[in-house]
Amino acid sequence: MQARVASGEVVLSIEHVAVHFGGLVALADLNFSVCDGEIVGLIGPNGAGKTTAFNVFTGFLKPTTGEVRYRGTSLNGLKPHEIADLGLVRTFQRTSIFHDHSVFDNVLTGLHRRGRSTLWDTLLALPREKVAERELVDHAHEILALVGLDRRAAEVAGALPYGEQRLLGIALALAARPSMLLLDEPVSGMNLSETAKVMKLIDSIRGSGVTILVVEHDMPMVMQVSDRIVVLNYGRIIAEGPPAAIQKNPDVIRAYLGEGKRRA
Amino acid sequence: MKRALPVFWLVLLLTVPLWLRDQYLLHTLITTGIFTIAAMSLNLLLGYTGQLSLGHVAFFGIGAYASALTTLGFDVELFAGFRVVHQPWPAIVGFFVAIVVAGVSGYMIGRLSFKVRGAYFVIVTISFAEVTRLVALNWVELTQGPLALTNIPPFTLGFPGLGTYTLWNKVAYYYFVLAAGLGAYVVISRLVGSRIGRAMIALKNNESLASSVGIDVTRYLVLAAVVSAAVAGGAGSLYAHYLKIIDPDIFLFVYTVTMVIMVITGGKGTLAGPIVGGIIFGFLPVIVRDFAAPAMQWILYGALMIVIVFVLPQGVVPAVEHWVTNRARRKLAATILAGTAKPGDGR
Repeated sequence: MQARVASGEVVLSIEHVAVHFGGLVALADLNFSVCDGEIVGLIGPNGAGKTTAFNVFTGFLKPTTGEVRYRGTSLNGLKPHEIADLGLVRTFQRTSIFHDHSVFDNVLTGLHRRGRSTLWDTLLALPREKVAERELVDHAHEILALVGLDRRAAEVAGALPYGEQRLLGIALALAARPSMLLLDEPVSGMNLSETAKVMKLIDSIRGSGVTILVVEHDMPMVMQVSDRIVVLNYGRIIAEGPPAAIQKNPDVIRAYLGEGKRRA
Repeated sequence: MKRALPVFWLVLLLTVPLWLRDQYLLHTLITTGIFTIAAMSLNLLLGYTGQLSLGHVAFFGIGAYASALTTLGFDVELFAGFRVVHQPWPAIVGFFVAIVVAGVSGYMIGRLSFKVRGAYFVIVTISFAEVTRLVALNWVELTQGPLALTNIPPFTLGFPGLGTYTLWNKVAYYYFVLAAGLGAYVVISRLVGSRIGRAMIALKNNESLASSVGIDVTRYLVLAAVVSAAVAGGAGSLYAHYLKIIDPDIFLFVYTVTMVIMVITGGKGTLAGPIVGGIIFGFLPVIVRDFAAPAMQWILYGALMIVIVFVLPQGVVPAVEHWVTNRARRKLAATILAGTAKPGDGR
């Protein structure tokens, strides 16, 4: 493994994972791993299987064969919320927010896992419930400040500009207190300054000890934030290594640009 | 204003028997109250988790029968000479038995059908209501079938040190139903305003996103079904002991439809919605009976329902809320333009 800053042992390991939709092979024998504290970029042309891989890692899709392990626990057969409970939390490629709620309520909902009040606390209006709710409100403010949406707290989420909706999606995932974050195209559709903001955010998230796996089409962005790149094409890994090496890798260039050059 | 309004309504409702002398109107208020409680319970499922229970009357009917049978006692042969004999218990115990039995059946239906949601849930609930109706109709030894369970005794409340009080007139039942309704309202409003309620609303709006942040979707759907069924069961018990007679017609589809109409017209997913809808459709018969034949009344209901759905698709309560906030905003804008207030005032 040529990880630049891999500070620890393997936390996410993908072993021989394959996904078949009928006769279509979306993922064929996927093998790679992510180490504690690393930022790994997962790239590949459209339809390479990146989002399918995310869906398998987070329990939204069952692999046809193979096994995903997170910090020693096999994720096979676990439901998404159980995987989130293990600390592995994802964002979605399309905007994934609760559109009709305020920005603040979005994050409050995302904080579900941190809530400690039980059904009886709630029904009997015990003081414990009030304390727990106040803690959640404080957490929500902290998270909104972290992603820079604190001034938008009272606004309806669906009315935010696109870039800020994406940020809110990340805030929701952070609210679930991940130890590893899977970001599915966090900067798609963003302009340069918004992208720079997200890159800074990713850096500070890693700084707080969260391991990150990011799927992204924006090459300059993913090359800059990642310690290591994994390249998928047609459901297979065709290259793996530090960004500088990947950028020169002839297989990767061929996957993205096709073979037209050779024929011309 | 926001605080004063509920207090105003509560005081109004508390004083009703003092100035309302018409026994028929009081009777209508009581039955309206009972169905409003049932509508509130349906709203928890339909309005907050987004699941349409078209067999909701099953929980209402189960509550009614459970309460009546607990109070009347029964002697049934289950199989091959094995008999279950139950001596009559006080009616108030029947009320709590109704809540528990309905809650348990809500749990079973929830577990069974939330594996498959949406249309399948609707079908399972309809079938469940039909099966309970057939059981009530055909298990004559237990339920008297179409002969109905009669002479269901009224509630008797025991106060430690103060003796007992039997609910023997309409005024007493009015207050009992009001107290039960208040209890149901508090339970539901506490639930939906909490972390649990946020989880329910989240799974209604975006199930994948909800589960991705660690919300156990099935767990909260089942919890909503249990609470909803338990509250409906309590309402059923009130119905049985107030009318003193119940028959299998209590499971008729039309009662579910009534509850759904109350929730939809009032505004699903709002706390006040089922109450407003309940009052509208509870009192509509009183208003129209003077000038319309019974058949005409049904046509009027249908027409009114269609008009409300067309004009106020979100229901009455959200429409009024929207109107009030818009008016406040316009007022604020006017004062800002007049130079007497700064932006940000009145937030």
